[in-house]
Amino acid sequence: MENSFMLGWIDYTIIIIYFAFVLGIGWALKKFMKSSKAFLEAGRSLPAWVTGLAFISANLGALEVIGMAASGAKYGATTIHFYWLGAIPAMIFLAIFMMPFYYGSKARSVPEYLKLRFDEKTRGFNAFSFALMTIFASGISMYALALLAQTILPFHFTVNVLGWHMTPFDVYLFISAFIVLLYTYLGGLSSAIYNEVLQFFLIVMGFTPLVILALIHIGGWEGLKTQLDVVATSNGFQPGAWTHTWKYMGHAATNPMGVEWFGLIMGLGFVLSFGYWGTNFLVVQRAMAAGDMTAARKTPLIGAIPKMFIPFLVILPGMIAIAMTMDPSIDFSLPMKGNSYNYDTVIPMLLKSYYPIGLLGLGITALFASFMSGMAGNVTAFNTVWTYDIYQSYIYSKGSDKHYLKVGQWTTVVGVLLSILTAYVARVFNNVMDFLQLIFAFINAPLFATFLLGMFWKRTTGHAAFYGLLSGTFIAAIHHGLTQPAGATSLVKGGWLVGGHPIHVYPSEMAQNFWTAIFAFSLALILTVIITLMTKQKKSEEELKGLVYSLTPRIVNKDVPFVRSPEFLAICVGAVAIVLTIIFW
Amino acid sequence: MGLDIKIPIGMLFSILGLLLTIYGAATNGEAMYHRSLDVNINLWTGLFMLAFGLFMLLLAWLDKRKENKSTE
Repeated sequence: MENSFMLGWIDYTIIIIYFAFVLGIGWALKKFMKSSKAFLEAGRSLPAWVTGLAFISANLGALEVIGMAASGAKYGATTIHFYWLGAIPAMIFLAIFMMPFYYGSKARSVPEYLKLRFDEKTRGFNAFSFALMTIFASGISMYALALLAQTILPFHFTVNVLGWHMTPFDVYLFISAFIVLLYTYLGGLSSAIYNEVLQFFLIVMGFTPLVILALIHIGGWEGLKTQLDVVATSNGFQPGAWTHTWKYMGHAATNPMGVEWFGLIMGLGFVLSFGYWGTNFLVVQRAMAAGDMTAARKTPLIGAIPKMFIPFLVILPGMIAIAMTMDPSIDFSLPMKGNSYNYDTVIPMLLKSYYPIGLLGLGITALFASFMSGMAGNVTAFNTVWTYDIYQSYIYSKGSDKHYLKVGQWTTVVGVLLSILTAYVARVFNNVMDFLQLIFAFINAPLFATFLLGMFWKRTTGHAAFYGLLSGTFIAAIHHGLTQPAGATSLVKGGWLVGGHPIHVYPSEMAQNFWTAIFAFSLALILTVIITLMTKQKKSEEELKGLVYSLTPRIVNKDVPFVRSPEFLAICVGAVAIVLTIIFW
Repeated sequence: MGLDIKIPIGMLFSILGLLLTIYGAATNGEAMYHRSLDVNINLWTGLFMLAFGLFMLLLAWLDKRKENKSTE
């Protein structure tokens, strides 16, 4: 464990105090959990600033903090596209155009919206695939947390529990699972959302000093740019390829992402981001927990404000770490993993180098907080979809509200247990997880086409939505099976339909992912339109009121001045995103 | 949902901020940032967290006062 940290009593005190508060919030909310609506929907009573920060924090899990810092080192400033182009337009679209349908239709979940708008089979497909995805994501977060804790905490022991010799990995995994289980079981979605807000502030406070210290050490922004130019040229790119977001996007060969502008805008900026932010119940659930329609619509916009600045907390450290690694005058280096740097160690290595005892406890707590917000967010989304869209729809539909409250609470326990199982699968079979991730990518790729047509074309039928969705998933798999990214060494990366002899080689895995999404979306869109024209709409206009744009009365709130409306906030968010894009062009 | 989240946030940050401030002041030198930057990072982060925590508690108190006035 050469990477483990030297911690003092104050570090452990900080970690323990944080966990005490997390559990305390769950305990304080326990008395309000008197109905399934309170437990699974937070009673639809939360203020916009709370749901807005939770909207972002639920997404600020393990992948975001560790993964985006790694991408910052690997791809430089182009990683920021995932935060600006790949998030802000979609969040504005969700707030202005989609939330009125989600919130106004009184659907309790995204799959339930599909049931109201289309039919049972479309809801079933979305509910089952989403439930599996949330367990998968929660398990991955749990696995990553235990792995990180094992690496950085200086404990070496085995504990014998009923004949099972538990290692530190096992102990950390069960402790984190138990804490998440306890506070989500006690306080349901409200507890998860409140804790996500707490975790958001902690993550910001825990990582901001790190960025400031490391940036000062490398000589400020100018010093960083100078050093990153060395990184760019040593990788065969123009100087500036690591510090500009758009300047080198003209051709895939001129930027470290290996993606060209059209694939980036259509693949990431439209299909993937609108599909994720607009249809993923994990984040939409936060907005649906808001107290009224205006708060629900403002939720993604309030979340968009910190979202635009999170790159400075998670991507910038990666850029600084790779720059310092290349600077012989600075005593800092990322460890090697095979022939390249182990980019996943960016945040832990920076914490170890820059934080003294005391602040180290805060930094580690912030890391744990990010992992746990990812876990709890997925578990609570799983709860709601399982209870409302699977159990109540297919297993037992005549229960009392108390019955569904109990089911929701027990689903929390089952969800956490399944996550633990998934974490162990991830530990033993890394390839299985890659494979599962691939399947979920195929399912997600065409999803936005279904929602887009469903919300904006009243003629779209249930049969068309279902078969369009299936065909989009199918074409995503076919496209992946026929193509490969350059340098692929296994069939998990593509080309499995043609025995590893692809009909097209993409310059990077990211380019392949973006184009897989573009093909899946396009085909799903075209097929849904064709099948719609061949089938009869079974829903009356009365049934579609509140679910389709043309049949829903426009929201006119005369009591709210324009400067306090979601539309004005959307304009401000869009303007800030454009200014940031120009500054870092 | 019955709980003003500003109160636990304010309390947590006040406690952690106070802890870091006292620790930073007590170990001045030892807790100094150990590279080229001459600043007691524990102390300054602690003070900032304490200020943020107290600010959140102030907001919660103002909200409560406003609520009480409107019910009267």
